[in-house]
Amino acid sequence: MARSLKKGFFVDPGLWKKVEAAQATDNKRPIKTWSRRSQITPEFVGLNLEVHNGKGFIPVHITENMVGHRLGEFSLTRTFKGHQPHTKK
Amino acid sequence: MPRLLGVDIPGNKKVPFALRYIYGIGPTLADQLVAETGLDPDARAHTLSEEELNKVAEAIVAKGILVEGDLRREGSANLKRLLAIQCYRGIRHRRGLPVRGQRTQTNARTRKGKRKTTSTIKKK
Repeated sequence: MARSLKKGFFVDPGLWKKVEAAQATDNKRPIKTWSRRSQITPEFVGLNLEVHNGKGFIPVHITENMVGHRLGEFSLTRTFKGHQPHTKK
Repeated sequence: MPRLLGVDIPGNKKVPFALRYIYGIGPTLADQLVAETGLDPDARAHTLSEEELNKVAEAIVAKGILVEGDLRREGSANLKRLLAIQCYRGIRHRRGLPVRGQRTQTNARTRKGKRKTTSTIKKK
């Protein structure tokens, strides 16, 4: 079920502080975050983030189209290299 | 055959059923439209006058409902957005795999298509 609109976007408080600071100071250094569950609000647009995928940080540049999605959606946690063809000796 | 909203030519069926041939109009909406415009639900679509057709068209526009080209365009625009922003759902669409977290070890044949069997390659 979708989140109730009256609550607004969910953003981890720690990350929110950093985002506000970055927008206020025009600081374009990427923000590292583990908070994959945070939703992208309009305030995020234009920032560079680095979202943890369990192993490392994946750089994500936030555009207007991404508003409403969660950060984790842009930082895949699985690597799939395709299947080997079956071989028999 | 009557024409409604440009391209649609529903057949010689009763009005609520004929309306459902328009992309974006289902059973509920068709019944609603017939009730609101005061048409006879048992009348065949080809008996409708020009005036009555206009009334139905106006009712659709007044409800602000997207039909046909506009609706299709909206759907493909949504998909394009998902593909463009590199998100998980977009990637699943691109790969032709289920988008909403279903299992793929078995099933998922609607998205994956017909089973592909891989033959074993013999090594000399």
